[in-house]
Amino acid sequence: MSIEQREARQPWILLTPALTAVTLLLIVPLMFIVVYSFWLKSAAGADTPGFFLDNWQEALTDSFYRDILLNTLKIAAITTLACALLGYPAAYFISRSKGNKLILLVLLMLPFWISYIIRTMSWINILGVSGALNSAMIWLGIINEPIQMLYNQTTVILGLVHFLLPFMVLNIFVSLDGIDTNLEDAASSLGATRWQGFLQVTLPLSLPGLAAGGLLCFVLAAGTYITPVILGGPRDAMFANLVYEAIIRQLDWPLGSALSLLLLIVLGVLVLIYNRYLGMAQLAKGLG
Amino acid sequence: MSAVSLTQIVKRFGNFTAVYPMSLEISEGSFVTLLGPSGCGKTTTLRMIAGLLDPTEGEIAIKGKRVNDVPIHKRNLGLVFQNYALFPHKTVAENVAFGLNYRNTAKADVTRKVAEALDLVQLPDLGARYPKELSGGQQQRIALARAIVIEPDVLLLDEPLSALDANLREDMRVELKRIQQRIGVTTVFVTHDQTEALAMSDQIIVMSKGRVEQVGAPEDVYNSPATEFVAQFLGASNLLTAQCTDVSGGEMALELPGFPKIVIPRERAADGLGPGPVRLVIRAEKLHLKPLDAADDGRLSVEAIVENVDYQGQSARYFLRVGAHQLQAINMIEDHPFATGAKVSLRFRARDCAALPVESKP
Repeated sequence: MSIEQREARQPWILLTPALTAVTLLLIVPLMFIVVYSFWLKSAAGADTPGFFLDNWQEALTDSFYRDILLNTLKIAAITTLACALLGYPAAYFISRSKGNKLILLVLLMLPFWISYIIRTMSWINILGVSGALNSAMIWLGIINEPIQMLYNQTTVILGLVHFLLPFMVLNIFVSLDGIDTNLEDAASSLGATRWQGFLQVTLPLSLPGLAAGGLLCFVLAAGTYITPVILGGPRDAMFANLVYEAIIRQLDWPLGSALSLLLLIVLGVLVLIYNRYLGMAQLAKGLG
Repeated sequence: MSAVSLTQIVKRFGNFTAVYPMSLEISEGSFVTLLGPSGCGKTTTLRMIAGLLDPTEGEIAIKGKRVNDVPIHKRNLGLVFQNYALFPHKTVAENVAFGLNYRNTAKADVTRKVAEALDLVQLPDLGARYPKELSGGQQQRIALARAIVIEPDVLLLDEPLSALDANLREDMRVELKRIQQRIGVTTVFVTHDQTEALAMSDQIIVMSKGRVEQVGAPEDVYNSPATEFVAQFLGASNLLTAQCTDVSGGEMALELPGFPKIVIPRERAADGLGPGPVRLVIRAEKLHLKPLDAADDGRLSVEAIVENVDYQGQSARYFLRVGAHQLQAINMIEDHPFATGAKVSLRFRARDCAALPVESKP
């Protein structure tokens, strides 16, 4: 075998383990789901194999599913926006702090050492009827009766922001950290105030990080299942909860498959549009 | 009125003093170089003039106006960095126009001034390109154009040539000096490269460990170093401890074992130097190697042994031994360099020697 042939083969050898895992754990199950979505749940309980469009028809026409899908996208969008607004200053602060950058990054990663479910449930101890906030307010005499603050859309968003903020901060941080600090100095020397310099130089150069963080937060928020279960009320179900409902409660695997594919397709299309219009390729070209 | 005036400025970072009390007057239109090894405080001084650092003590004035409390964006300075610091997401023309946009310049004027600046740095056709599409030398020219297009009161250059290849660096050196003379802007240049400093400056400020060692024209600093540090930092010098035996009639007599008596003019000795131990300084290129049998030419002569030869083509650096002393000499090569182990007659003139006080090492 010539050196060229060996070199051409090498990437494939290195990629094989990962490709095998992706194929077995992602592609194959996905194919199963695709096939399942065209089957039909019979009244007797056993599924009827075949090519039926009933599930898809139900998923696409029932306004119940459509409303929850739109609500899911809305919650994901609000969460992403909140993460961006809260995360950017934090990322900026970390990237500009000199000696203790590492400590701050470790602190940022610290929440990942605790289970996501535990972290989400901790809000019950804070906002619950006998939680910290209510107890404190009663003790201070601000209120007489505990207020019900949990189990609404706001707490769902709160829980999601709590979960997703570190992803946003890390993505923006990586972007900001790669920006030469001389650029801000150069901008100020040319007459720009710090704020003008930030808007003209730092912000545009950190957009790729902001865009990546935004995409990650949006997709993770839109696919979330646990947060609305723990922190949401009966009317705050998100789309992933419908999939759970169909598959586990109603044992309707074909419908659940169609619903989960629908979410996958919607998110996939959104990601494509996002890439197309945020001009990430263009930005990458400018940055080289 | 000085373009820049520093009065007793000090910069401390915690317990570390980066710049000890320093005063400096930079005259309008001059090219002044802060020269010294890394960590000598030259960049810290430049950053204080720029407004990127606040002096711990002292006063900074630009064109007679105190600027200690004036933020950098209101100081009207041109700043050029070693790594160019061009805005990567803006075209060359947008980079150059950046400062003009904060100066209420009319749109037509912006276009014209950008074109003029690009002409001045001889890159008139690159306006539409992005910085990463340019070579290092081109990027540094654009950085210079961006800094001078705003007609700054002072141009501050922080090692602008250090990131360039050796050949390009020499071209840029000439180019930079040409542009500076053409527009006549007061320039403060920071470098650790003595060649750049000697070639470009009207005045050199040699710094070491946060202190100014000497201020003077390139020739003064080179020929009459004020301290041992300056003697060793600029070019190659020999430093020997000698005894001053007599000071009289505008002359100073120096003796050191193995050498003939050296009588130097009084102005070649540091002020206040009297009988006792002194440091004798002589530059490596002022020591001339001759064959042992060469005729007496009126210069002082001492026999030396060549211990090592560093051949450099047109010249050679010789490492010599005279008794207990080790010396360096740099000579042009006429036919062949002297060989290692050769005995030679080392010739020098007394007026090329200088005397400095013996420094007590801290």
